[in-house]
Amino acid sequence: MPRHGKTMEKSKDFKGSMKRLISSLKNWHVLLCTSLILAMLSAIIGLTAPNKLSDFTDLISDGLKPNINEKTINQIMEDKNINEKDKAEFIIVMDEIKKEKDTLKVYKKIDSLPKKVFDYVKPKVNESKIKFLAILLISLYLVSAIFNFIQNLIMTYISNNFAKTLRSKISNKINILPLKYFDEHETGDILSRVTNDVDTVGMNLNNSLSTLVTSITLFIGSIIMMFYTNWIMAITAMIASLIGFTFMGLILGKSQKYFVQRQTELGNLNGYIEEIYSGHNVVKTCNGTKDAILEFDYLNKKLYKCNMMSQFLSGLMHPIMGFVGNFGYVAVCVVGALLVMNNHITFGVIVAFMIYVRLFTNPLTQMAQAMTNLQSVAAASERIFEFLDEKELSNQDHINGSLDRDKVKGKIEFKNVKFGYNNDKTIINNFSAMTQPGQKIAIVGPTGAGKTTLVNLLMKFYEIDSGDIIIDGVSINNLTRENIHKLFIMVLQDTWLFDGTIRDNIKFNNPDVSDDEIWAACKTVGLSHFIKTLPGGLDAKIDDSDSISQGQKQLITIARGMIENAPFLILDEATSNVDTRTEELVQKAMDKLMKGRTSFIIAHRLSTIKNADLILVLKDGDIIEQGDHDTLLSKNGFYAELYNSQFKK
Amino acid sequence: MLKLLSKFKFTEYLMIILSVILMYVQVNLELKIPDYMKEITELINTDSSTMNDILKQGLYMLGCSFGGLLLAVIGGFIAAYLSSKFSFNLRNRIFKKVQSFSTSEIKKFQTSSLITRTTNDVTQFEMFIAMGLSMIIRAPLMAFMAVGKILNENIEMSILVGCCVLTLLITISIIMFIVIPRFEKVQKLIDKVNGVTRENLTGIRVIKAFNAEDYQTNRFEEVNNDLTNTQLFNQRVFAVMNPIMTIVMNGLTLGIYIIGTFLILNAHMIDRIDIFGSIMVFTQYGMQVIMSFLMLAMIFMMWPRVTVAAKRINEVLDEKLSIEDGSIKYVETEEVGTVEFRNVSFKYPDADEYLLNNISFKANQGDVIAFIGSTGSGKSTLINLVPRFYDATEGEVLVDGINVKEYKLETLYNKIGYIPQKAVMFTGTVESNVAYGNTDNEITIEDINTAIEIAQANEFVSKMDKGIDSHIARGGTNISGGQKQRLSIARAIARKPEIYIFDDSFSALDYKTDSVLRKALKEYTEESTMLIVAQRIGTIINADKIIVLDDGECVGMGTHKELMENCEVYKEIALSQLSKEELENA
Repeated sequence: MPRHGKTMEKSKDFKGSMKRLISSLKNWHVLLCTSLILAMLSAIIGLTAPNKLSDFTDLISDGLKPNINEKTINQIMEDKNINEKDKAEFIIVMDEIKKEKDTLKVYKKIDSLPKKVFDYVKPKVNESKIKFLAILLISLYLVSAIFNFIQNLIMTYISNNFAKTLRSKISNKINILPLKYFDEHETGDILSRVTNDVDTVGMNLNNSLSTLVTSITLFIGSIIMMFYTNWIMAITAMIASLIGFTFMGLILGKSQKYFVQRQTELGNLNGYIEEIYSGHNVVKTCNGTKDAILEFDYLNKKLYKCNMMSQFLSGLMHPIMGFVGNFGYVAVCVVGALLVMNNHITFGVIVAFMIYVRLFTNPLTQMAQAMTNLQSVAAASERIFEFLDEKELSNQDHINGSLDRDKVKGKIEFKNVKFGYNNDKTIINNFSAMTQPGQKIAIVGPTGAGKTTLVNLLMKFYEIDSGDIIIDGVSINNLTRENIHKLFIMVLQDTWLFDGTIRDNIKFNNPDVSDDEIWAACKTVGLSHFIKTLPGGLDAKIDDSDSISQGQKQLITIARGMIENAPFLILDEATSNVDTRTEELVQKAMDKLMKGRTSFIIAHRLSTIKNADLILVLKDGDIIEQGDHDTLLSKNGFYAELYNSQFKK
Repeated sequence: MLKLLSKFKFTEYLMIILSVILMYVQVNLELKIPDYMKEITELINTDSSTMNDILKQGLYMLGCSFGGLLLAVIGGFIAAYLSSKFSFNLRNRIFKKVQSFSTSEIKKFQTSSLITRTTNDVTQFEMFIAMGLSMIIRAPLMAFMAVGKILNENIEMSILVGCCVLTLLITISIIMFIVIPRFEKVQKLIDKVNGVTRENLTGIRVIKAFNAEDYQTNRFEEVNNDLTNTQLFNQRVFAVMNPIMTIVMNGLTLGIYIIGTFLILNAHMIDRIDIFGSIMVFTQYGMQVIMSFLMLAMIFMMWPRVTVAAKRINEVLDEKLSIEDGSIKYVETEEVGTVEFRNVSFKYPDADEYLLNNISFKANQGDVIAFIGSTGSGKSTLINLVPRFYDATEGEVLVDGINVKEYKLETLYNKIGYIPQKAVMFTGTVESNVAYGNTDNEITIEDINTAIEIAQANEFVSKMDKGIDSHIARGGTNISGGQKQRLSIARAIARKPEIYIFDDSFSALDYKTDSVLRKALKEYTEESTMLIVAQRIGTIINADKIIVLDDGECVGMGTHKELMENCEVYKEIALSQLSKEELENA
């Protein structure tokens, strides 16, 4: 049964992807080969069975022909145990049989023969051979099933472990990709690679590879066996099936168009529904409901039409397959019957061919199915490999400088820094500045001015194009990223907490931190009372429920920063999505965190800005002005304009 | 489930009956084939038969097969028609129902869930009907008719077929029993893998800043292992299924042969050919019986999923609307552009606590009324009562002197220009977005241009390659957040409403654009009333009346100056954003 609604994904380079896929399975190559060989053996055994079944049939049909010939007649005549009356009757019956044309009447006459005579004439059946064949067939079926089972187990093992490895690889890759990648790609896209694509590869690879091997073996094997058994029958069976398949191919080709169309229409409709549902309030208040229903109706109708056609055509596959099967079956029967009557073959051959026809036609559809599946495997693995092939962070082996975070004083110098996210567009032109230990640097600018760019550069998330950033006399080019990260505390506005306990979240990557230290940090930021009110205290789980407010989440991230205890601080000041009172609490906590640290603050509050030792004013990504509040105001430039705009009447 | 199916029309019921009849004939024809097969077998083993007899039987066989195909094609067409028509209608009903929902219903279901209910759930159902019309009818028909055929034929062989069916069904049941609970677990683990990866992606900066890559990797590996092991277990259990199925099917054939041999050896000569034919027939019928039972099992496996889908769809269709449309259509009201709250309290239907408590105020034509307060103070809820996203639990909300509940929604909405916090963009052009809902072509091109100008959107619209005819992508992804918000404001302006409702619509704009826009708007519509929810003091500092909310209570009402003197909460908010001198200078 073809699956409805499944997108046909075409891979860009089927061969290349499959090659790569197979080679990345190299840890399991031995197992894979074993499994495929088992699949092949299982198929071959399956192929020999019809032949044996054919012999079986012939043996049974021996039981249909009475054993009447010169020899038996003589034996009956000479047998002393049979009385004369019976012998006479036998002779009369024999005469009648010779005249009789209708076989059934002949048999009736034979049945009427005396018991002792009948024992001679009754068909001779080789019972021990039948027994032998039955046992042989049972063993063949059993062995084939066992092979099949083992092969399934191995494939399951391989595909699941392969999927697991792929997932791990993707997850690890996330950690070694430059941030640029994440700024340019959607989270959903990467997520679907981890789950959907890996699933597609794991599941379909499992089925398709073994199906393909089994089908090919069965297909070739059945052709060989058919020709080996009888070439006329073989040609009949093949021609009959092929006629059916051409017929089916024609219909399939026709329906492809509707499948694609259906997928597009479904996508359009989904998009429209999403748009209207998520803009519900606007649709309503703009009185757009009528319009929306009309448009929906239009799209829905379009979907309905190609939906019907594609369903109809895909529904045809099953009956047509059935007809093809029957057609081959009838052809085999009729031609076989002809040959039997002319004594070219025995009846058993027909029985064998009835199975061969099935063994011959099934693999064709299965191969087609496996190939489509492999197509989607290739497409999915392409997406996975594409991700795994993304350019990684630059190599750090040549870096030999290092800074001990306990000894760093906290001086940073920007020297003619030039930077652009793309090579062709520099956004920071020649920026120089100097900060002293313990200073506060405010970064201000309108939304979208690129305030995070500075954070990106300081943390070496992005590398500068030219110029230098010097921390305590050491160029960041000469420091590893890990080393730099150790020197900085970073508290961002979008509070990032993970699924775990409060303790886990505060401790994070500092396994040696004791509970006392955690409590101390919580106390400093004003969290300890709140945590004590939670069921479980530090062991309380952080989840999506409302038990922990946005502000409290922010406090937890500040506590996490406290634990880190580094000489530099990057702080994203809370804006108004926290209510006023918590905001104050957060502010106090942040002030404490800034104490004694060289702090870079993405500032929103004017008081912070005014108190800063240095204000960096950003516009369109570039630092266009710098200085303290008074200097900048007297300059009457962008900062002054920005500052005043709020109070313009 | 049945409730959804009961929506079929009379003609559609006729079609269902017709397809049952077609199916019946088709199954009959298909079951004839082994009969002819038997005839041929017997003919071959009878010396007296001629080639013509065999050919004749062969033609009958082909005829039956072709007839079956034809009927299947007709039946398939009916099934495709019915199922796609059904899903068409169902989608339409759901969509219309959702359109009549108010915010509280949307919130209850959640937008994403409503989307899947309209699309995926319906598709599930559609598939079930499409397959059902063939399988559900066909499988039992086939099973019973095939069983009927073989029972008359030979009792020993029938028992064997029965045993095989039983073995298969028991195996499947056991496997399902073991595996189904674990399927749910797999789903949960997949969600977890997704969750950890999502965390990893959203927190990439923090993780790097803390050098916590390994920490995250360990967390990921934990769920990854869990997932792999559970899935491995499931699939191992499933690995048993295939071999057992083949063994049963092959065993059936072999069993029939062995039984047949015994029967033949002990039978009279006259009966032997008949038994031999039975062997051939049974291998065919037996397979048919087993296949139909397998199909039935498959339907049972589909059943739970479809019932869940049906339940989810019914939940939407049966949802009681909390907002009923009023009756006042076109009236000349005494007052124009006024909004009045009279002792309004509000709580969610099943909540204990009130979100708004006894709020009263009146906005006259041309007034600018601002609402401020911390998150959760109820300011958004308050203005949502005007366009009836919710209805007041107690008290009255009046627009132009008439209770909002009495208006026809369309009439009410014609008076209101509502701008949400998060701008909504529709696929189309700048023009179609600004003129959204313009069914009667009341909005002229001049209106659109003016609106764009006032909303400060001209600056970027004029730079777009086709001006107001420029394409807006789905969700407005090709323009920035601030630009979207400006177009969304332009949309409200173009409708020339009596009353503007800004639900925190200015936060997405920078300070400068915010102030210029408000100034331009004020100049353009002297007489329009504005209700503004804001976070920034700067946005509302010049409002005619500022209403300060705290925990659903109105704790202050007046101008900025007045409030600075007599409202503690307001002062606190103001001071957290601006310094003393700035406030005094203002």
